[in-house]
Amino acid sequence: MTDSILTINGLKKSFGPLSVLDGIDCTVAPSEVVCIIGRSGSGKSTLLRCINFLEEPDAGVISVAGITMPAGERSGEHGRNLIELRKRVGMVFQSFNLFPHKTVLENLIEAPMIVKKLGRPDAVRLAENLLKKVGLSEKRDVYPSKLSGGQSQRVAIARALAMEPQVMLFDEPTSALDPELTGEVLNVMRNLARDGMTMLVVTHELGFAREVADRVIFMDSGSFVEQGPPQQCLVNPKEARTRLFLERFLHNGGR
Amino acid sequence: MIAGLASVPARRPRLSFKVWLALWTLVWFGLLVVMFSGLQIVFGPVHLHTFALDGRFIGQWWLFISEGVVITLELAVVSILGASLLAFLSALARISRIAALNSLAGLYISLIRGTPLFLQFYFIYQGLPQFGLILSSFVSAVLALSLNYGAYMSEIFRAGIQAVSQGQTEAASALGMTPWQTMYRIVLPQAIRIVTPDIGNQFIAMQKDTALASAIALEELTGRARQAGLPRQHFFEALVIAAAWYWLLTIIFSYFQGRLEHRMAHSDR
Repeated sequence: MTDSILTINGLKKSFGPLSVLDGIDCTVAPSEVVCIIGRSGSGKSTLLRCINFLEEPDAGVISVAGITMPAGERSGEHGRNLIELRKRVGMVFQSFNLFPHKTVLENLIEAPMIVKKLGRPDAVRLAENLLKKVGLSEKRDVYPSKLSGGQSQRVAIARALAMEPQVMLFDEPTSALDPELTGEVLNVMRNLARDGMTMLVVTHELGFAREVADRVIFMDSGSFVEQGPPQQCLVNPKEARTRLFLERFLHNGGR
Repeated sequence: MIAGLASVPARRPRLSFKVWLALWTLVWFGLLVVMFSGLQIVFGPVHLHTFALDGRFIGQWWLFISEGVVITLELAVVSILGASLLAFLSALARISRIAALNSLAGLYISLIRGTPLFLQFYFIYQGLPQFGLILSSFVSAVLALSLNYGAYMSEIFRAGIQAVSQGQTEAASALGMTPWQTMYRIVLPQAIRIVTPDIGNQFIAMQKDTALASAIALEELTGRARQAGLPRQHFFEALVIAAAWYWLLTIIFSYFQGRLEHRMAHSDR
């Protein structure tokens, strides 16, 4: 427990009468890669969005690298803590959400300069290194509208990394991409995992989960049904619901 | 294949929009000149007397009337700034979840849009003095135009801000930006691009609504035209001079508006 970088305790969230997260507890170790799978509507995206408070949880406590955030507070200290937490947690969205009025480089240096008050030369150096890392150095001064989906998502990953987060959240990062473009994004994520980044990945890419994840969590109806190493969770699941999900998924041509 | 493509003769471009516009403008002006030349046109049994504009009156008074352009422009520029500020603030209030602010802005917009602009000029210039608040014509006109256009532009701003996708706000928040940083660094720059054509139209409309200020004794273009033309029974000539100025200002502004939109369209997207 002492060795965890992210802890979730008793996390609850409902939208109106619909309970989406039903008391989630979870601990993630540094450098661990956790893939979360499950049907759409099972609450996996909401879980990610509650970790950095894009959705305000109804109850529970989130701790990330020394910052502890209980749900449902409104004080000024809470607001400052929120910023501190978000600095430590990077997020990648299904629909990229790059800033269309800024070039690729400007997308990357925006938050480091505005939030961390990093000087421009330092921010640019950091951004250029990250662009090299995701293989898009030549797109430095291009606007996002000129990028393919795969390139956009790689820039979005680099933008999140520019804040030097300690945990990265991926919310279905390849779901909006043409099949032939998912590979380049998964490659970047694979390298990131190899470099020791702590990652929570909501995904339908079971192949990626099998290969890269240290742990797979199967979610259904707002709670964890089963979790364990990919060999267990994806190949020999104990729970009937997990088996059913996998059978249906493979039957429908999933990877 | 490429050579084949290149050898296809380029289609001769048709007369462009601009050329047609210039042609029609010339024709229109030619007709105007003939209509107001005072000529008697005899064509067989038809005798046409065209109107006679008094060149002497125009020569004597065009400078006096034209000096009103300065005040008209001052009024338009100051009012558009005031209106933009008001519109921005009340758009933010409309979007905010603070009920007191939201309803206050709603009341302001409803009240202003529910009463005539002309009436608002009178309220400020001739109504307020009853309660001891006496404002100059210019200040009254600025207030009336700012308040009025602020209400209309507020709805444009609000729509523009809401047209920026929710994902942009989420991305900025997830990076640790505060709501205010998110608003002025990420949402507003995109919203401004969206609303530029509409705001430009509002500016063009306002430039001409400055003429209402002549009713509260401001000596802008229309006021001066009235002052020069009415007592000398050459109101028509005086109004033509004023109209020409409004038209010219609008053409100039439309040109810059077009350039601005063109540049914005090419910087991204």
